[in-house]
Amino acid sequence: MKYFLWNLLLAFVWASVSGNIAPETLAAGFLIGFGILYFVQPALGPSSYFKKVRQVVFFFFFFLWELFLANLRVAYDVVTPTHHNKPGVIGIELDAETDWEITLLANFISLTPGTLSLDVSDDRKVLYIHAMFVDDPETLRKEIKNGLERRLLEVLR
Amino acid sequence: MTEALTILLMGAGTAFMVLAAIGIVRLPDLFTRMHAATKVGTLGASGIVLALAVHFDNLGVTTRALFVIGFLFLTAPIAAHMLGRAAYFTGVPFWEGTGVDELKEAGDGGGSRASGDPKSPNAAGEGASRESEDPH
Repeated sequence: MKYFLWNLLLAFVWASVSGNIAPETLAAGFLIGFGILYFVQPALGPSSYFKKVRQVVFFFFFFLWELFLANLRVAYDVVTPTHHNKPGVIGIELDAETDWEITLLANFISLTPGTLSLDVSDDRKVLYIHAMFVDDPETLRKEIKNGLERRLLEVLR
Repeated sequence: MTEALTILLMGAGTAFMVLAAIGIVRLPDLFTRMHAATKVGTLGASGIVLALAVHFDNLGVTTRALFVIGFLFLTAPIAAHMLGRAAYFTGVPFWEGTGVDELKEAGDGGGSRASGDPKSPNAAGEGASRESEDPH
């Protein structure tokens, strides 16, 4: 958190010194500040900031890619004359514990085409989702657990 | 360059919207239709809004476009979740090609809230009708 504030401050300083406070200079200042902070890290004390930033960026691109693939899959099923889909409702055991983690995971699952979160069990251990392509419940479960859930929890914890 | 990007984004957005509309007509049951309508539609709308941002190349328009996309991505899954959940618990029938239903198998110990619900007799009745529809 401290590092993030430092980074914002450095971005602002860079923009003011270059005499033009615009999105481009602020973005450049943020990137340069990030590099500087990385090198003065020993002086300011250790922090998970750099790991977090990397994980957030990774998650962002991973999710965009998943979104794109899933969209193509649903689109393909819509335009071809036969139905290839085999829908089903499957339960995923959750590693996510807090309300915040479960809410975000359920939202990201709903956002991906082809999967829709339906319900969380009363003891909050299992999330039930409706999926459009359940060829094998086990593989799909593993895919979501190792892909979306693991990465999301990495970012949040 | 910007023109080409605008055309590409707008074309992709419109294509996704058309696909979502065809999906609503073509897919077999409510749940699969929701997959097409809510999410493919979201991506289509974002594509069109992004195309606007690229075309006008103006800070105000771009920030507003980004906010529109942010709100779309925040609200669409919640609406989809509530619709799907309501449909499931009021017993909207599944398509016959549907495979497993682990939520039903889990029964009361799992996620079924029909028991604690004021509407429970109704929900139980609908649940029974779904079971009778399953075999064919």
